[in-house]
Amino acid sequence: MIKLMDVAEVIRSKNSGPYELTFDIMFKDAAVFEDFVTRDIMTPAVFAQLYGIDEAQVQSVIAFAPSKAVKITILRPISSGALGEKDVYGAQQHGPLLNFEYA
Amino acid sequence: MKEFRVLSPTAILGYGFPAASFEEGMSHKPHVIAVDAGSTDPGPYYLGSGKSFTDRGAVKRDLEFMLTAACTENIPMIIGTAGGSGADSHLDWNVDIVREIAAEKGLSFKMAVISAQIDKEVIRQRFAQGKVVALKPAPVPTMQDIEDSVNIVAQMGHEPIMEALQAGAQVIITGRAYDPTVFAALAIMQGYDPGLALHMGKILECAAIAATPGSGSDCMFGYLRDDHFELATLSPARKCTTTSVAAHTLYEKSNPTRLPGPGGVLDLTQTTFEQTTDNTVTVRGSRFIPDDAYFVKLEAARHVGHRTISFAATCDPIMINQLDDIIAAVKERVAGNFSDIGDFFLDFKVYGHHGASFYGDTGSMPAEAAIIIEAVAPTAQLADTICSFARSTLLHFGYPGRKSTAGNLAFPFSPSDFAGGDVYEFSLYCLMAVDSPTELFPIKIFQCDKGVLV
Repeated sequence: MIKLMDVAEVIRSKNSGPYELTFDIMFKDAAVFEDFVTRDIMTPAVFAQLYGIDEAQVQSVIAFAPSKAVKITILRPISSGALGEKDVYGAQQHGPLLNFEYA
Repeated sequence: MKEFRVLSPTAILGYGFPAASFEEGMSHKPHVIAVDAGSTDPGPYYLGSGKSFTDRGAVKRDLEFMLTAACTENIPMIIGTAGGSGADSHLDWNVDIVREIAAEKGLSFKMAVISAQIDKEVIRQRFAQGKVVALKPAPVPTMQDIEDSVNIVAQMGHEPIMEALQAGAQVIITGRAYDPTVFAALAIMQGYDPGLALHMGKILECAAIAATPGSGSDCMFGYLRDDHFELATLSPARKCTTTSVAAHTLYEKSNPTRLPGPGGVLDLTQTTFEQTTDNTVTVRGSRFIPDDAYFVKLEAARHVGHRTISFAATCDPIMINQLDDIIAAVKERVAGNFSDIGDFFLDFKVYGHHGASFYGDTGSMPAEAAIIIEAVAPTAQLADTICSFARSTLLHFGYPGRKSTAGNLAFPFSPSDFAGGDVYEFSLYCLMAVDSPTELFPIKIFQCDKGVLV
Protein backbone atom coordinates (compact mmCIF):
# COMPACT_ATOMS: atom_id res chain seq x y z
CA MET A 1 0.00 0.00 0.00
CA ILE A 2 1.16 3.52 -0.81
CA LYS A 3 0.54 6.11 1.90
CA LEU A 4 -0.64 9.46 0.52
CA MET A 5 1.31 11.15 3.31
CA ASP A 6 4.54 9.74 1.88
CA VAL A 7 4.02 10.71 -1.77
CA ALA A 8 2.32 14.11 -1.34
CA GLU A 9 4.14 17.39 -0.82
CA VAL A 10 0.95 19.21 0.16
CA ILE A 11 -2.38 17.96 1.55
CA ARG A 12 -4.68 20.86 2.42
CA SER A 13 -8.27 22.01 2.75
CA LYS A 14 -9.82 25.47 2.44
CA ASN A 15 -13.13 27.19 1.77
CA SER A 16 -13.87 27.91 -1.85
CA GLY A 17 -16.45 30.56 -1.05
CA PRO A 18 -18.82 30.11 1.92
CA TYR A 19 -20.61 27.03 0.52
CA GLU A 20 -17.81 24.73 -0.67
CA LEU A 21 -14.71 23.07 0.76
CA THR A 22 -11.85 22.29 -1.57
CA PHE A 23 -9.00 19.82 -0.98
CA ASP A 24 -5.65 19.92 -2.78
CA ILE A 25 -3.24 17.00 -2.99
CA MET A 26 0.04 18.03 -4.61
CA PHE A 27 2.41 15.17 -5.39
CA LYS A 28 6.19 15.29 -5.04
CA ASP A 29 6.85 13.26 -8.14
CA ALA A 30 5.35 13.62 -11.64
CA ALA A 31 5.33 9.86 -12.27
CA VAL A 32 3.49 9.15 -9.02
CA PHE A 33 0.97 11.89 -9.89
CA GLU A 34 0.46 10.46 -13.40
CA ASP A 35 -0.03 6.98 -11.97
CA PHE A 36 -2.53 8.27 -9.37
CA VAL A 37 -4.53 10.06 -12.07
CA THR A 38 -4.30 7.41 -14.79
CA ARG A 39 -5.52 4.69 -12.46
CA ASP A 40 -8.30 6.98 -11.22
CA ILE A 41 -7.41 6.33 -7.58
CA MET A 42 -9.42 9.27 -6.23
CA THR A 43 -13.00 9.15 -7.45
CA PRO A 44 -16.03 10.90 -5.93
CA ALA A 45 -17.05 7.51 -4.47
CA VAL A 46 -13.65 6.93 -2.85
CA PHE A 47 -13.57 10.42 -1.37
CA ALA A 48 -17.17 10.13 -0.13
CA GLN A 49 -16.34 6.89 1.65
CA LEU A 50 -13.14 8.30 3.15
CA TYR A 51 -15.03 11.33 4.49
CA GLY A 52 -18.21 9.51 5.46
CA ILE A 53 -20.38 11.71 3.25
CA ASP A 54 -22.91 11.12 0.52
CA GLU A 55 -21.31 10.90 -2.93
CA ALA A 56 -23.72 13.58 -4.20
CA GLN A 57 -21.90 16.07 -1.96
CA VAL A 58 -18.72 15.66 -4.01
CA GLN A 59 -18.82 18.42 -6.63
CA SER A 60 -15.72 17.53 -8.62
CA VAL A 61 -12.39 15.71 -8.71
CA ILE A 62 -9.97 17.49 -11.04
CA ALA A 63 -6.35 16.75 -11.97
CA PHE A 64 -4.13 19.80 -12.55
CA ALA A 65 -0.84 18.79 -14.17
CA PRO A 66 1.07 22.11 -13.75
CA SER A 67 0.95 21.53 -9.96
CA LYS A 68 1.03 17.71 -10.06
CA ALA A 69 -2.21 18.13 -8.15
CA VAL A 70 -5.58 16.53 -7.64
CA LYS A 71 -8.33 18.82 -6.38
CA ILE A 72 -11.52 17.60 -4.75
CA THR A 73 -14.37 20.00 -4.05
CA ILE A 74 -17.34 19.15 -1.83
CA LEU A 75 -20.36 20.93 -0.40
CA ARG A 76 -19.72 22.48 2.99
CA PRO A 77 -21.76 20.77 5.73
CA ILE A 78 -23.08 24.26 6.63
CA SER A 79 -22.31 27.68 5.17
CA SER A 80 -19.16 29.23 6.62
CA GLY A 81 -19.82 30.69 10.08
CA ALA A 82 -23.38 29.36 10.38
CA LEU A 83 -24.57 27.92 13.73
CA GLY A 84 -22.68 24.68 14.43
CA GLU A 85 -19.50 25.85 12.69
CA LYS A 86 -16.22 24.20 13.66
CA ASP A 87 -13.79 25.68 11.14
CA VAL A 88 -14.72 29.06 9.64
CA TYR A 89 -11.85 29.07 7.10
CA GLY A 90 -12.15 25.35 6.35
CA ALA A 91 -8.39 24.97 6.76
CA GLN A 92 -8.38 21.91 9.10
CA GLN A 93 -10.57 19.37 7.29
CA HIS A 94 -7.70 17.51 5.63
CA GLY A 95 -7.32 14.88 8.40
CA PRO A 96 -8.85 11.82 6.69
CA LEU A 97 -6.68 12.43 3.59
CA LEU A 98 -3.56 12.15 5.75
CA ASN A 99 -4.52 8.54 6.50
CA PHE A 100 -5.44 7.60 2.92
CA GLU A 101 -3.63 4.60 1.43
CA TYR A 102 -3.91 3.01 -2.02
CA ALA A 103 -2.62 -0.16 -3.66
CA MET B 1 7.82 46.55 -26.34
CA LYS B 2 4.85 48.05 -24.51
CA GLU B 3 4.89 47.13 -20.84
CA PHE B 4 2.49 47.73 -17.93
CA ARG B 5 3.89 47.37 -14.41
CA VAL B 6 1.95 46.69 -11.21
CA LEU B 7 3.09 46.69 -7.58
CA SER B 8 1.03 44.52 -5.21
CA PRO B 9 2.37 45.32 -1.73
CA THR B 10 0.45 42.75 0.35
CA ALA B 11 -2.18 39.99 0.19
CA ILE B 12 -4.73 41.89 2.26
CA LEU B 13 -4.56 45.58 3.16
CA GLY B 14 -3.34 45.56 6.77
CA TYR B 15 -1.33 42.32 6.53
CA GLY B 16 1.83 44.42 6.09
CA PHE B 17 5.04 44.15 4.02
CA PRO B 18 8.76 44.80 4.57
CA ALA B 19 9.69 48.42 3.76
CA ALA B 20 12.69 47.18 1.74
CA SER B 21 10.44 45.09 -0.56
CA PHE B 22 8.11 48.04 -1.11
CA GLU B 23 11.01 50.36 -1.97
CA GLU B 24 12.47 47.76 -4.33
CA GLY B 25 9.05 47.60 -6.00
CA MET B 26 8.87 51.39 -6.40
CA SER B 27 12.34 51.38 -8.00
CA HIS B 28 10.83 49.34 -10.87
CA LYS B 29 8.53 52.29 -11.65
CA PRO B 30 5.05 50.73 -11.37
CA HIS B 31 2.17 52.31 -13.32
CA VAL B 32 -0.19 51.50 -10.45
CA ILE B 33 -0.05 50.40 -6.81
CA ALA B 34 -3.02 48.18 -6.01
CA VAL B 35 -4.18 45.99 -3.16
CA ASP B 36 -7.19 43.81 -2.58
CA ALA B 37 -8.54 44.22 0.94
CA GLY B 38 -11.35 41.71 0.75
CA SER B 39 -12.22 38.15 1.68
CA THR B 40 -15.30 36.19 2.73
CA ASP B 41 -12.97 33.80 4.59
CA PRO B 42 -13.32 35.30 8.07
CA GLY B 43 -17.03 34.51 7.90
CA PRO B 44 -20.33 36.41 7.79
CA TYR B 45 -19.85 38.55 10.92
CA TYR B 46 -17.78 41.24 9.22
CA LEU B 47 -20.19 41.82 6.34
CA GLY B 48 -23.21 41.66 8.65
CA SER B 49 -21.86 43.96 11.35
CA GLY B 50 -20.19 46.38 8.93
CA LYS B 51 -16.88 46.05 10.77
CA SER B 52 -13.42 45.40 9.33
CA PHE B 53 -11.59 42.14 10.05
CA THR B 54 -8.25 43.92 9.75
CA ASP B 55 -6.99 46.30 12.41
CA ARG B 56 -7.18 50.05 11.81
CA GLY B 57 -3.59 50.68 12.90
CA ALA B 58 -2.23 47.96 10.59
CA VAL B 59 -4.25 49.26 7.63
CA LYS B 60 -3.04 52.80 8.29
CA ARG B 61 0.58 51.65 8.36
CA ASP B 62 0.26 49.96 4.93
CA LEU B 63 -1.64 52.90 3.44
CA GLU B 64 0.96 55.44 4.63
CA PHE B 65 3.60 53.78 2.45
CA MET B 66 1.29 53.35 -0.53
CA LEU B 67 -0.31 56.79 -0.48
CA THR B 68 2.97 58.64 -0.04
CA ALA B 69 4.61 56.70 -2.88
CA ALA B 70 1.63 57.14 -5.22
CA CYS B 71 1.60 60.91 -4.61
CA THR B 72 5.39 61.21 -5.04
CA GLU B 73 5.38 59.28 -8.34
CA ASN B 74 2.00 60.68 -9.42
CA ILE B 75 0.53 57.23 -10.15
CA PRO B 76 -2.83 55.74 -9.15
CA MET B 77 -3.37 53.82 -5.93
CA ILE B 78 -6.37 51.49 -5.96
CA ILE B 79 -7.90 49.66 -2.97
CA GLY B 80 -10.45 46.92 -3.67
CA THR B 81 -13.16 45.69 -1.26
CA ALA B 82 -12.39 48.26 1.42
CA GLY B 83 -12.60 47.05 5.00
CA GLY B 84 -12.66 43.39 3.98
CA SER B 85 -16.32 43.09 3.03
CA GLY B 86 -16.90 46.26 0.97
CA ALA B 87 -20.21 47.58 2.37
CA ASP B 88 -20.65 51.35 2.76
CA SER B 89 -19.58 51.37 6.43
CA HIS B 90 -16.33 49.61 5.45
CA LEU B 91 -15.82 52.17 2.69
CA ASP B 92 -16.34 55.09 5.10
CA TRP B 93 -13.90 53.50 7.56
CA ASN B 94 -11.21 53.23 4.88
CA VAL B 95 -11.80 56.74 3.47
CA ASP B 96 -11.43 58.11 6.99
CA ILE B 97 -8.01 56.46 7.32
CA VAL B 98 -6.91 57.87 3.94
CA ARG B 99 -8.05 61.37 4.95
CA GLU B 100 -6.18 61.09 8.26
CA ILE B 101 -2.95 60.14 6.46
CA ALA B 102 -3.41 62.92 3.87
CA ALA B 103 -3.85 65.44 6.70
CA GLU B 104 -0.81 64.17 8.62
CA LYS B 105 1.46 64.00 5.56
CA GLY B 106 0.09 67.07 3.75
CA LEU B 107 -0.94 65.09 0.66
CA SER B 108 -3.47 66.24 -1.94
CA PHE B 109 -5.06 64.17 -4.72
CA LYS B 110 -8.25 63.49 -6.63
CA MET B 111 -10.09 60.59 -4.98
CA ALA B 112 -12.91 58.34 -6.19
CA VAL B 113 -15.05 56.34 -3.78
CA ILE B 114 -17.12 53.58 -5.44
CA SER B 115 -20.03 52.10 -3.49
CA ALA B 116 -21.03 48.46 -3.91
CA GLN B 117 -23.87 48.43 -1.37
CA ILE B 118 -27.16 47.59 -3.05
CA ASP B 119 -30.52 48.91 -1.92
CA LYS B 120 -32.96 46.12 -1.05
CA GLU B 121 -35.63 47.62 -3.31
CA VAL B 122 -33.34 47.23 -6.35
CA ILE B 123 -32.93 43.54 -5.53
CA ARG B 124 -36.65 43.01 -4.89
CA GLN B 125 -37.44 44.43 -8.34
CA ARG B 126 -34.83 42.33 -10.12
CA PHE B 127 -35.90 39.27 -8.17
CA ALA B 128 -39.48 39.78 -9.41
CA GLN B 129 -38.07 40.03 -12.97
CA GLY B 130 -36.26 36.70 -12.55
CA LYS B 131 -32.85 38.38 -12.69
CA VAL B 132 -31.62 37.07 -9.31
CA VAL B 133 -30.46 33.49 -9.79
CA ALA B 134 -28.63 30.80 -7.83
CA LEU B 135 -24.85 30.49 -7.83
CA LYS B 136 -24.54 26.74 -7.46
CA PRO B 137 -23.99 25.03 -5.11
CA ALA B 138 -25.13 27.91 -2.85
CA PRO B 139 -28.87 27.82 -2.12
CA VAL B 140 -31.44 29.28 -4.49
CA PRO B 141 -32.19 32.80 -3.18
CA THR B 142 -35.69 33.56 -1.91
CA MET B 143 -37.54 36.83 -1.26
CA GLN B 144 -37.31 36.01 2.47
CA ASP B 145 -33.50 35.84 2.20
CA ILE B 146 -33.52 39.30 0.62
CA GLU B 147 -35.82 40.71 3.32
CA ASP B 148 -33.71 39.20 6.14
CA SER B 149 -30.41 40.51 4.79
CA VAL B 150 -28.40 43.40 6.14
CA ASN B 151 -25.57 44.98 4.12
CA ILE B 152 -26.16 43.51 0.67
CA VAL B 153 -23.13 44.07 -1.58
CA ALA B 154 -22.50 43.28 -5.25
CA GLN B 155 -19.09 42.39 -6.60
CA MET B 156 -18.04 44.94 -9.24
CA GLY B 157 -15.93 44.20 -12.29
CA HIS B 158 -13.16 46.42 -13.67
CA GLU B 159 -15.57 48.79 -15.47
CA PRO B 160 -16.49 51.12 -12.55
CA ILE B 161 -12.78 51.44 -11.68
CA MET B 162 -12.01 52.31 -15.31
CA GLU B 163 -14.70 55.00 -15.16
CA ALA B 164 -13.09 56.48 -12.04
CA LEU B 165 -9.66 56.43 -13.70
CA GLN B 166 -11.10 58.12 -16.80
CA ALA B 167 -12.52 60.83 -14.54
CA GLY B 168 -8.96 61.51 -13.41
CA ALA B 169 -9.03 59.93 -9.95
CA GLN B 170 -5.61 59.11 -8.54
CA VAL B 171 -6.75 57.39 -5.37
CA ILE B 172 -9.61 54.93 -5.81
CA ILE B 173 -11.30 53.13 -2.93
CA THR B 174 -13.97 50.61 -3.83
CA GLY B 175 -16.65 48.64 -2.08
CA ARG B 176 -16.94 44.92 -2.87
CA ALA B 177 -14.91 44.24 -6.03
CA TYR B 178 -13.78 41.12 -7.90
CA ASP B 179 -10.26 40.61 -6.54
CA PRO B 180 -8.23 40.96 -9.79
CA THR B 181 -9.95 44.16 -10.99
CA VAL B 182 -7.89 46.63 -8.98
CA PHE B 183 -4.74 45.32 -10.70
CA ALA B 184 -6.30 44.95 -14.16
CA ALA B 185 -8.54 48.03 -14.65
CA LEU B 186 -5.86 50.53 -15.78
CA ALA B 187 -4.17 47.96 -18.03
CA ILE B 188 -7.45 47.01 -19.73
CA MET B 189 -8.20 50.72 -20.17
CA GLN B 190 -4.86 51.09 -21.96
CA GLY B 191 -5.72 48.29 -24.36
CA TYR B 192 -3.97 45.30 -22.80
CA ASP B 193 -5.56 41.87 -23.18
CA PRO B 194 -8.24 41.43 -20.47
CA GLY B 195 -7.48 37.70 -20.08
CA LEU B 196 -3.83 38.32 -19.28
CA ALA B 197 -4.57 41.44 -17.21
CA LEU B 198 -7.16 39.64 -15.08
CA HIS B 199 -5.08 36.49 -14.66
CA MET B 200 -2.09 38.60 -13.58
CA GLY B 201 -4.45 40.35 -11.13
CA LYS B 202 -5.71 37.00 -9.87
CA ILE B 203 -2.15 36.06 -8.87
CA LEU B 204 -1.06 39.52 -7.64
CA GLU B 205 -4.17 39.64 -5.47
CA CYS B 206 -2.47 37.33 -2.96
CA ALA B 207 0.92 39.07 -3.36
CA ALA B 208 3.80 36.84 -2.19
CA ILE B 209 1.53 33.90 -1.26
CA ALA B 210 2.29 32.83 -4.87
CA ALA B 211 6.05 32.80 -4.14
CA THR B 212 8.21 30.29 -2.30
CA PRO B 213 8.45 30.46 0.66
CA GLY B 214 4.99 31.97 0.49
CA SER B 215 3.95 34.98 2.55
CA GLY B 216 0.79 37.04 2.82
CA SER B 217 2.91 39.88 4.16
CA ASP B 218 5.33 40.60 1.32
CA CYS B 219 5.19 42.30 -2.08
CA MET B 220 4.90 40.92 -5.62
CA PHE B 221 5.52 42.67 -8.94
CA GLY B 222 3.83 42.09 -12.30
CA TYR B 223 4.93 43.03 -15.83
CA LEU B 224 2.14 42.83 -18.41
CA ARG B 225 3.08 42.81 -22.12
CA ASP B 226 1.24 42.11 -25.40
CA ASP B 227 1.08 38.34 -25.28
CA HIS B 228 2.29 37.37 -21.80
CA PHE B 229 2.94 38.57 -18.28
CA GLU B 230 5.79 38.06 -15.85
CA LEU B 231 5.76 37.80 -12.08
CA ALA B 232 8.68 38.44 -9.74
CA THR B 233 9.22 38.78 -6.01
CA LEU B 234 10.92 41.82 -4.51
CA SER B 235 12.64 40.24 -1.53
CA PRO B 236 15.79 38.11 -1.81
CA ALA B 237 14.15 35.80 0.77
CA ARG B 238 11.61 34.50 -1.81
CA LYS B 239 11.48 33.31 -5.37
CA CYS B 240 8.74 33.09 -7.94
CA THR B 241 8.73 29.60 -9.43
CA THR B 242 6.40 27.76 -11.81
CA THR B 243 5.54 25.44 -8.91
CA SER B 244 4.68 28.28 -6.53
CA VAL B 245 2.61 30.17 -9.12
CA ALA B 246 0.79 27.03 -10.34
CA ALA B 247 0.09 26.02 -6.73
CA HIS B 248 -1.52 29.39 -6.13
CA THR B 249 -3.74 28.79 -9.17
CA LEU B 250 -5.43 26.03 -7.13
CA TYR B 251 -5.82 28.02 -3.94
CA GLU B 252 -9.36 28.67 -2.64
CA LYS B 253 -11.06 27.79 -5.89
CA SER B 254 -13.13 24.85 -7.06
CA ASN B 255 -11.73 24.57 -10.59
CA PRO B 256 -8.22 25.79 -11.39
CA THR B 257 -8.80 26.34 -15.13
CA ARG B 258 -12.18 28.01 -15.20
CA LEU B 259 -12.60 31.11 -13.05
CA PRO B 260 -15.98 32.82 -13.37
CA GLY B 261 -16.16 36.54 -12.54
CA PRO B 262 -18.22 39.62 -13.34
CA GLY B 263 -19.18 39.60 -17.04
CA GLY B 264 -17.28 36.47 -18.05
CA VAL B 265 -14.98 33.57 -17.38
CA LEU B 266 -11.21 33.52 -17.12
CA ASP B 267 -10.23 30.42 -19.11
CA LEU B 268 -6.85 28.98 -18.14
CA THR B 269 -7.07 25.72 -20.12
CA GLN B 270 -4.40 26.99 -22.59
CA THR B 271 -2.26 28.72 -19.94
CA THR B 272 1.43 27.90 -19.71
CA PHE B 273 3.84 28.74 -16.88
CA GLU B 274 7.52 29.07 -17.79
CA GLN B 275 10.50 29.75 -15.53
CA THR B 276 12.33 32.53 -17.38
CA THR B 277 14.86 33.56 -14.77
CA ASP B 278 15.74 32.26 -11.34
CA ASN B 279 13.02 34.49 -9.90
CA THR B 280 10.67 35.14 -12.82
CA VAL B 281 7.72 33.16 -14.13
CA THR B 282 6.23 33.98 -17.54
CA VAL B 283 2.57 33.19 -18.12
CA ARG B 284 0.90 32.93 -21.53
CA GLY B 285 -2.36 31.81 -23.08
CA SER B 286 -4.92 32.94 -20.47
CA ARG B 287 -8.17 34.09 -22.05
CA PHE B 288 -11.18 36.09 -20.92
CA ILE B 289 -14.43 34.83 -22.43
CA PRO B 290 -17.30 37.33 -21.98
CA ASP B 291 -20.70 35.91 -20.99
CA ASP B 292 -23.76 36.64 -23.13
CA ALA B 293 -25.39 38.42 -20.20
CA TYR B 294 -23.49 40.35 -17.52
CA PHE B 295 -24.01 38.97 -14.00
CA VAL B 296 -22.62 40.27 -10.72
CA LYS B 297 -22.35 38.24 -7.52
CA LEU B 298 -24.45 39.35 -4.55
CA GLU B 299 -23.33 38.71 -0.98
CA ALA B 300 -25.26 39.43 2.20
CA ALA B 301 -25.56 38.32 5.81
CA ARG B 302 -28.47 38.10 8.22
CA HIS B 303 -28.50 38.62 11.98
CA VAL B 304 -29.28 35.38 13.83
CA GLY B 305 -28.85 36.36 17.48
CA HIS B 306 -26.35 36.94 20.27
CA ARG B 307 -23.70 34.54 21.50
CA THR B 308 -22.36 33.66 24.96
CA ILE B 309 -19.68 31.00 25.46
CA SER B 310 -18.13 29.26 28.44
CA PHE B 311 -14.77 27.48 28.34
CA ALA B 312 -14.00 24.45 30.55
CA ALA B 313 -12.11 21.16 30.49
CA THR B 314 -12.16 17.69 32.00
CA CYS B 315 -9.44 15.10 32.62
CA ASP B 316 -11.71 12.43 34.14
CA PRO B 317 -11.60 9.24 32.01
CA ILE B 318 -14.94 8.01 33.36
CA MET B 319 -16.60 11.22 32.17
CA ILE B 320 -14.65 11.49 28.92
CA ASN B 321 -15.65 7.95 27.90
CA GLN B 322 -19.34 8.86 28.04
CA LEU B 323 -19.09 12.55 27.11
CA ASP B 324 -21.45 12.33 24.11
CA ASP B 325 -24.20 10.81 26.29
CA ILE B 326 -23.62 13.33 29.11
CA ILE B 327 -23.82 16.26 26.69
CA ALA B 328 -27.02 14.90 25.14
CA ALA B 329 -28.54 14.62 28.64
CA VAL B 330 -27.46 18.16 29.60
CA LYS B 331 -28.98 19.52 26.36
CA GLU B 332 -32.23 17.76 27.18
CA ARG B 333 -32.30 19.20 30.68
CA VAL B 334 -31.66 22.74 29.39
CA ALA B 335 -34.38 22.33 26.74
CA GLY B 336 -36.82 21.09 29.40
CA ASN B 337 -36.03 23.95 31.75
CA PHE B 338 -36.40 26.67 29.09
CA SER B 339 -39.13 25.17 26.91
CA ASP B 340 -41.26 28.31 27.26
CA ILE B 341 -38.78 31.04 26.38
CA GLY B 342 -38.48 30.70 22.64
CA ASP B 343 -35.79 29.60 20.23
CA PHE B 344 -32.20 29.22 21.23
CA PHE B 345 -29.19 27.28 19.96
CA LEU B 346 -27.00 25.31 22.35
CA ASP B 347 -23.84 23.54 21.24
CA PHE B 348 -20.92 21.83 22.96
CA LYS B 349 -17.64 21.86 21.05
CA VAL B 350 -15.42 19.17 22.54
CA TYR B 351 -11.76 19.73 21.68
CA GLY B 352 -9.78 16.52 21.66
CA HIS B 353 -12.90 14.79 20.31
CA HIS B 354 -13.99 16.22 16.94
CA GLY B 355 -13.89 19.83 18.04
CA ALA B 356 -12.24 20.96 14.80
CA SER B 357 -12.98 18.31 12.21
CA PHE B 358 -16.34 17.61 10.60
CA TYR B 359 -15.13 14.28 9.19
CA GLY B 360 -13.37 11.02 9.90
CA ASP B 361 -13.35 8.36 12.59
CA THR B 362 -13.75 9.36 16.20
CA GLY B 363 -10.67 7.40 17.23
CA SER B 364 -9.65 6.79 20.84
CA MET B 365 -10.73 9.21 23.53
CA PRO B 366 -8.18 11.79 24.75
CA ALA B 367 -6.76 12.05 28.27
CA GLU B 368 -8.10 15.59 28.52
CA ALA B 369 -10.91 17.28 26.65
CA ALA B 370 -11.72 20.98 26.38
CA ILE B 371 -15.36 21.93 26.11
CA ILE B 372 -16.75 25.18 24.74
CA ILE B 373 -20.38 25.63 25.70
CA GLU B 374 -22.04 27.93 23.17
CA ALA B 375 -25.47 29.54 23.46
CA VAL B 376 -27.01 31.70 20.73
CA ALA B 377 -30.35 33.35 21.47
CA PRO B 378 -32.45 36.31 20.27
CA THR B 379 -31.17 38.54 23.08
CA ALA B 380 -27.79 38.74 24.80
CA GLN B 381 -29.50 38.29 28.16
CA LEU B 382 -31.15 35.06 27.09
CA ALA B 383 -27.87 33.77 25.61
CA ASP B 384 -26.22 34.47 28.99
CA THR B 385 -29.00 32.61 30.79
CA ILE B 386 -28.84 29.52 28.55
CA CYS B 387 -25.03 29.36 28.67
CA SER B 388 -24.94 29.80 32.44
CA PHE B 389 -27.58 27.13 33.03
CA ALA B 390 -25.87 24.66 30.66
CA ARG B 391 -22.53 25.31 32.37
CA SER B 392 -23.84 24.72 35.91
CA THR B 393 -25.81 21.65 34.78
CA LEU B 394 -22.73 20.08 33.19
CA LEU B 395 -20.57 21.02 36.19
CA HIS B 396 -22.74 19.07 38.61
CA PHE B 397 -24.24 16.46 36.31
CA GLY B 398 -24.49 13.02 37.97
CA TYR B 399 -23.44 10.59 35.25
CA PRO B 400 -23.25 6.77 35.74
CA GLY B 401 -20.12 5.57 37.57
CA ARG B 402 -19.11 9.07 38.69
CA LYS B 403 -16.34 9.18 41.34
CA SER B 404 -15.52 12.89 41.18
CA THR B 405 -18.59 14.26 42.94
CA ALA B 406 -17.26 17.77 43.73
CA GLY B 407 -17.49 19.02 40.14
CA ASN B 408 -17.05 17.78 36.58
CA LEU B 409 -15.22 20.73 35.04
CA ALA B 410 -11.95 22.65 35.35
CA PHE B 411 -12.48 26.35 34.56
CA PRO B 412 -9.35 28.32 33.64
CA PHE B 413 -11.05 31.71 34.01
CA SER B 414 -13.22 33.66 36.39
CA PRO B 415 -15.65 34.81 35.11
CA SER B 416 -16.20 31.58 33.23
CA ASP B 417 -18.60 32.95 30.59
CA PHE B 418 -17.88 35.37 27.76
CA ALA B 419 -20.18 37.48 25.60
CA GLY B 420 -19.48 36.82 21.90
CA GLY B 421 -21.70 39.61 20.60
CA ASP B 422 -23.85 39.59 17.49
CA VAL B 423 -24.06 36.46 15.35
CA TYR B 424 -24.61 36.52 11.59
CA GLU B 425 -24.83 33.97 8.80
CA PHE B 426 -24.56 34.32 5.04
CA SER B 427 -28.03 34.94 3.62
CA LEU B 428 -27.34 35.71 -0.04
CA TYR B 429 -24.63 34.29 -2.26
CA CYS B 430 -26.11 34.42 -5.74
CA LEU B 431 -25.97 36.15 -9.12
CA MET B 432 -27.89 39.13 -10.45
CA ALA B 433 -28.17 40.21 -14.09
CA VAL B 434 -27.33 43.84 -14.82
CA ASP B 435 -27.97 45.98 -17.89
CA SER B 436 -24.59 47.69 -17.59
CA PRO B 437 -21.45 46.82 -15.60
CA THR B 438 -21.49 50.26 -13.95
CA GLU B 439 -25.17 50.80 -13.11
CA LEU B 440 -25.02 49.44 -9.54
CA PHE B 441 -21.80 51.14 -8.50
CA PRO B 442 -22.10 54.93 -8.05
CA ILE B 443 -18.81 56.82 -8.07
CA LYS B 444 -18.23 59.88 -5.90
CA ILE B 445 -15.27 62.04 -6.83
CA PHE B 446 -13.62 64.38 -4.35
CA GLN B 447 -10.56 66.57 -4.26
CA CYS B 448 -8.75 65.52 -1.09
CA ASP B 449 -6.83 68.63 -0.06
CA LYS B 450 -4.49 67.59 2.75
CA GLY B 451 -7.27 65.51 4.28
CA VAL B 452 -10.14 67.95 3.61
CA LEU B 453 -12.63 66.62 1.06
CA VAL B 454 -13.98 69.24 -1.33
